[in-house]
Amino acid sequence: MAKYLLRAIALLYLLFLLILPVGLIVWQTFGDGLQNVIDALTSEEAIHAFQVTLQVAIWAVVLNTVFGVGVALLLTRTNFPGKRLLNALIDLPLAVSPVVVGLALILAYGRYSTVGGWLENAGIQVIFSIPGMVLATVFVSLPLVVRAIVPVLEEMGDDQEQAARTLGAGGWQTFRRITLPGIRSALGYGIVLCLARALGEYGAVAVVSGKVVGETQTLTLFVEERYLNYEVPAAFAAATVLALLAVGSLLLTTLLRPKDGN
Amino acid sequence: MSTPVLTQAGAPTGVPASARRRPRVGPGLGLGLAVLYLSLIVLFPLTVVAWKGVEGGAGAFWSAVTTPDSWAALKLTLGASALVAVINVVMGTLIAWVLVRDRFPGKALVDTLIDLPFALPTIVAGLVLLVLYGVKSPLHLNLAYTRAGVVIALLFVTLPFVVRTVQPVLQELDRDMEQAAFSLGAGPWLTFRRIILPNLVPAMVSGAGLAFTRAIAEFGSTVLLSGNLPFKTQVAAVNIFGRIESDDTASAAAVSTALLIVAFAVLIGLDLVQRWGSRRG
Repeated sequence: MAKYLLRAIALLYLLFLLILPVGLIVWQTFGDGLQNVIDALTSEEAIHAFQVTLQVAIWAVVLNTVFGVGVALLLTRTNFPGKRLLNALIDLPLAVSPVVVGLALILAYGRYSTVGGWLENAGIQVIFSIPGMVLATVFVSLPLVVRAIVPVLEEMGDDQEQAARTLGAGGWQTFRRITLPGIRSALGYGIVLCLARALGEYGAVAVVSGKVVGETQTLTLFVEERYLNYEVPAAFAAATVLALLAVGSLLLTTLLRPKDGN
Repeated sequence: MSTPVLTQAGAPTGVPASARRRPRVGPGLGLGLAVLYLSLIVLFPLTVVAWKGVEGGAGAFWSAVTTPDSWAALKLTLGASALVAVINVVMGTLIAWVLVRDRFPGKALVDTLIDLPFALPTIVAGLVLLVLYGVKSPLHLNLAYTRAGVVIALLFVTLPFVVRTVQPVLQELDRDMEQAAFSLGAGPWLTFRRIILPNLVPAMVSGAGLAFTRAIAEFGSTVLLSGNLPFKTQVAAVNIFGRIESDDTASAAAVSTALLIVAFAVLIGLDLVQRWGSRRG
């Protein structure tokens, strides 16, 4: 009896908090017919928002993947003073509000800051343009790749890598032939997490982008702007696209999760 | 001896010497680059915010944090986040229990869906909650522009934390002690309270702490649902956003610094709890 009661409470909670809301928006989006959705998503602003989102996300994922693999190798394969500190600092972005991330980047690289002034003189505008949005997205998704591969690297050990080294393989060769195949599914898991976070970032990007429609507007900013301008169908359509991307990435990560990979 | 691998990989002869030296060169350069990357993107900007927040001295910091609207926003944020953490401890543990100990069709799907709030953009989370709990609510439950709406939004985005910290501990838990307690005549509730619960407490605390730090930082999901009414439904992150938009970056930095201090205090506390838990276990 208690078993069924607990099950009912858990499922009802999830139904009203998670499943009904997300289901309802997908339902309402397609309720007016597919043509309306296609129209809403093929407007000039929508397509531009797609392009900006994709551009920012790809930069962020590439940068964080290179950094993530490098740092994960440093943390698991080398010893240096301050390693524990570096390990703790990697998780720092998770504790920072997206709005604070945006403010931090404005104060550090905005036009009225010292560094921002130098960059401006060199003809580089960071804040209110794409580079700042990439920085913001990199900031919020920084720990994801590192944290996905560190446990696998630890578990794998470095026996095979050392064997390869003694047999004369260079650093790059060892990485490509031994390490990379070993961490492949964990790396994929981390990249998908990072991509999902990058595509969906809202707060930090809202602060540093200046929300210029048709220029620095990403898909999440498009959802907000359309909703506030009473263009609800367009907001719903874009929100549904983002929700479906989220569900897709979720299913991909369940396939790639390190536990299942081994 | 190394020839088979070398020919297969096509490496030139004489590699071993440089291969032995390479790992020593690698970490130094790699470490430098990693620290530079982390510094430029995370450490330098955060230091600038904290500096800007306190540069006017403690008095200026305190008066910026305690301006009526910011103070109200901070109080609401901390109160709502604490409530959300407590609800998460109860509901998260219950959900984790059902996912580990119960069997029903569709369980794997439910298990996967738990992570959806992490994958869903926060603005979309706010919008979907507004559809169900907004002015046109099909349940006739209008929580838009209320504090209850803020709590619902925070519950949504923090759902996975306690579930995902408690679930693995429950899975690993040895059932011998429970069976022993049962055979000695303890009822299910007594067994849970005396045998199972003590094992779960460290995980529950760390899940609640993570949910709390996430909740005080939350911005996107509350923007649409809360209406951002100062003194009523405006959370701290939205308050900071408003100050940035009105070009008052100095007080925005002060409120941000206050949020950062709370978040770090909680995280350091969690680290201590975890160490205590692992020493005990």
